[in-house]
Amino acid sequence: MRYEAPSSSKEAAKLLASAKGKAVVLAGGTDLLVRMKSGAVEPDLIVDIKRIGATQEIKKSGNGFKIGAGVSGARLGKHRALKKAWPGVVEATNLIGSDQIQGRCTMAGNLCNASPAADSVPAMVAANAKANVVGPGGRRTVAVEKIPTGPGKTSLKKGEIIESITLPAKAPRSGDAYLRFIPRTEMDIAVVSAGVNLTLDSKGVVKKARVALGAVAPTVLLVEDAAKAIVGTKLDDDALAALAAACEAACRPIDDMRGTIEFRTEVAGVLARRAALTAYERAGGKK
Amino acid sequence: MAEQSYTEQEFKVVGSRVRRPDGVDKVTGRARYGADAFAPGQLVGRILRSPHAHAKIKKIDISRAEKMKGVKAVITCDDLPDLTGGRGPNFDILVNCMARGTALYHGHAVAAVAAVDEPTARKALKAIKVEYKALPHVTDVDAAMAEDAPIVQPGVEHDGKPSNIVNVSQFGHGDVDAGFAEADVIIEKSYRTEQTHQGYIEPHACLASVGPDGDGELWVTTQGHFTFRNVCAQLLGMDIAKLKVTSSEIGGGFGGKTHVWMEPVALALSRKANRPVKLVMGRDEVFMGSGPTCSTSMDVKIGAKRDGTITAGQATLRYQDGPFPGPWGMLGAMTSWACYDLPNVQAVAYDVLVNRPKVAAYRAPSAPMAAFAVESTMDLVAAEIGMDPVDFRLQNVAKEGSKAAYGPTYGPIGIEATLRAVKNHPHMKAKLGKNQGRGMACGFWFNFGGQTCTDLNIGVDGTVNLTMGTVDVGGARASMSLIAAEELGIPYEKVKCNVGDTSSLGHNDTTEGSRGTFSSGMATIFAARAAIDVLKARAALMWEIDVDDIEWKDGAAHAKGIEHSNLAPLTLAEIAKKSPQTGGPIAGHNEVVADGAGVSFASHICDVEVDPETGKTKILRYTVVQDAGKAIHPDYVEGQFQGAAAQGIGWALNEEYVYGEDGRLQNPSFLDYRIPVCSDLPFIDTEILEIPNPNHPYGIRGVGETSIVPPLAAIAGAVSNAVGVRLDHTPMSPPRVLKAIREANGR
Repeated sequence: MRYEAPSSSKEAAKLLASAKGKAVVLAGGTDLLVRMKSGAVEPDLIVDIKRIGATQEIKKSGNGFKIGAGVSGARLGKHRALKKAWPGVVEATNLIGSDQIQGRCTMAGNLCNASPAADSVPAMVAANAKANVVGPGGRRTVAVEKIPTGPGKTSLKKGEIIESITLPAKAPRSGDAYLRFIPRTEMDIAVVSAGVNLTLDSKGVVKKARVALGAVAPTVLLVEDAAKAIVGTKLDDDALAALAAACEAACRPIDDMRGTIEFRTEVAGVLARRAALTAYERAGGKK
Repeated sequence: MAEQSYTEQEFKVVGSRVRRPDGVDKVTGRARYGADAFAPGQLVGRILRSPHAHAKIKKIDISRAEKMKGVKAVITCDDLPDLTGGRGPNFDILVNCMARGTALYHGHAVAAVAAVDEPTARKALKAIKVEYKALPHVTDVDAAMAEDAPIVQPGVEHDGKPSNIVNVSQFGHGDVDAGFAEADVIIEKSYRTEQTHQGYIEPHACLASVGPDGDGELWVTTQGHFTFRNVCAQLLGMDIAKLKVTSSEIGGGFGGKTHVWMEPVALALSRKANRPVKLVMGRDEVFMGSGPTCSTSMDVKIGAKRDGTITAGQATLRYQDGPFPGPWGMLGAMTSWACYDLPNVQAVAYDVLVNRPKVAAYRAPSAPMAAFAVESTMDLVAAEIGMDPVDFRLQNVAKEGSKAAYGPTYGPIGIEATLRAVKNHPHMKAKLGKNQGRGMACGFWFNFGGQTCTDLNIGVDGTVNLTMGTVDVGGARASMSLIAAEELGIPYEKVKCNVGDTSSLGHNDTTEGSRGTFSSGMATIFAARAAIDVLKARAALMWEIDVDDIEWKDGAAHAKGIEHSNLAPLTLAEIAKKSPQTGGPIAGHNEVVADGAGVSFASHICDVEVDPETGKTKILRYTVVQDAGKAIHPDYVEGQFQGAAAQGIGWALNEEYVYGEDGRLQNPSFLDYRIPVCSDLPFIDTEILEIPNPNHPYGIRGVGETSIVPPLAAIAGAVSNAVGVRLDHTPMSPPRVLKAIREANGR
């Protein structure tokens, strides 16, 4: 097993592109190291991207926030401007694992692990986040929802890494929220989850909405019908019921040890409703 | 034995909350647990486990693994020849630690390797080729009792036919049919509990070393190193005296470390490799390959008069034991009705074999499930006749002189006192909010005594070494030090208590059945009294007076009588200092079969809030009231009450073994086998009652187990009251609760 820690994304891409055998990217390592320890993965090459400068930065600009792929959950949680603009995304990322895990885990890693239950992903999808990808063919920008293609699988090509994630600038009168269901209070994995991002007009009517669901399909779902159900409303009871119904209709979950199909479907609607109400309040809406 | 009986006394140090002796080592990481041993030249052991729930093992080819560089031994069942005569508990242990022809469950060990390092050991496991022929399997207890069920162990018969029913136990008295005929109200209900694991944080771990001369040493995390020694010696064909077993610090056992799971494998690997072998289970192996408790299916029927008098109780209990017979159904039947004084009562239990891991003891084994069924039905009867559930229980409660359904007539017991404490507790009167509910329930555990051997040695500086043979799983070193200090009349800090290895003491039964403080406490008292006899004799020599003129009090020899009034008392330290000149070392020793363990009872109160849209339950408040007999170290006693309640809460709400259609365990990890985390629990309030056990000098009963018995029923009552529908299946996980709410609302 070879370990490399290049100082540029280009170099990392080159190493990965030319690798023979199983090559993996190491950011926080909170998934990879556990899987290596259990024997689930035995890589031939590990490329650690944490020494690449761009992976360690949180940059604020007129276009929003560029968050390096090596930035830990703990650092996100300490970033005031980011928390103010995207509380749902930060809270979602801060739900991953424990305090110790928060010191290492990253949003980009959470995305590339490609679990349908990943906590940060529905929040990022709702926020309309973009992944900044570097590969042997150069750079490209990809909508976050296009990265995972199924459990453990991504659309990244051989040699490609995510260098950073961009969250757009916060629109006026907008707010986001993320909720997950776990049987415990922490240290758990989402049985079902929902991220909601709303923009209101000056009268408190929902102008734009993005609703994403986790752990109810092979990938995180962006549910356009759910958004339609609440655009043009002030989240009255009928709108919330329509939102929940649209979410339930979109669910294609599995029965497993974490939850049943019927449970996930019903609770997806419940969480979307509750997250929408929080997002609405954060956007300045009054109920 | 008269000296065993309880004598009321004013204690000086017993009952105080002194600093725990193992605390500093544990918080600084100095404490050495099972995996912390090291021997020069040690190898890494690993076990290959069956991917099938039930399969014939047609062939195991270890030749490739054996030839690999760095692999020092590969073993199969051929390296553990049967020396047990092919039957009995030790044969079952042998078959369980290495499959013999048939894999009986997913995770059953089939081969093992010892290699120079972990990666090599892993590779060697992959190089072992096992040819299986899958057999039909059964993992559900009811399915295993069905007519056409796959047979787990050929040779087991019930009613003259091949069967998975391996034991039927029946207890009770009176005439239940006549009792039900007298009843105004009869409630009959069925219940299920899923399989749970003890969930100790420290995995099984040992370091085994067998020399070319055949003598061996074993360092192991265990609740009973003497038992481990005896079992391993028999399975390996060693003399008991030639296998020295040392118990490490233990990171939780709760019954799961009373049982030998893999230590014979480590010893066999070491014997074959001629090197020490360290074997540590991964968490998946702990779940798959070391014993959880039973899953159950139960029916309970209670008949009562309108005035609240129970006329009859009947329970049918079906406990699955994994692939080997155990006493589990029997213990369920014995404990089921123990809280009540009933004229007509019956409990029938079936032990049933399935293709799951071998079941082991789990804290008051078998009692929580039976209590879940009985106590839930008690609530239903109380509701039906419109009586307060505490008053209903009080009306039928067992008292001194009551004949228990499992046979004995009780001496002084504490169940009524715990119920009265619950009735008067502020918790019982606190207001509840929306979506909140309250439940209460009672529980019983026998407690055990057994063989015990203890040594007490006094140093020349007047400090005391106490060597006990029961493993310290719950504060025994602190408690024994307090007891020795009390008897000798010296400060607690002057006593250092250690757990001796198997070569240093006579046999001690395993620390189980809440026997540690009861039995080692008794042996410590007697050992200290024996040492006092020696101290008095030495004082007599020093003073040149008759020993009968000396009494021991306040840590010193006092000469009695006016003629000795010029003699100042001689302290323990002064006598010890002179011991080289007065006859050498001063020691006390005791070996005893500690009889007369005192039964123990608890009553719990629980408040919950249930989210009606998700079925998630939050424990808002929890109160434990339990009879301790005598609380030697109250902090530890409260800790036992709280720990037991916490485990019961996990069992009630989320913990369960989930099996797929393929008979494979789906969730062998702490991610998906959900024990409560700290933030899931409120601070658990405790109330210690002290109703002395008449058969112990200090009145000690066991305290460690009883409080895992009431939580399932107490929480089921609380959840049911919160959502308005009765929950009858644990764990009451959110999907199960939401489904029950949905069905009750006709959705």
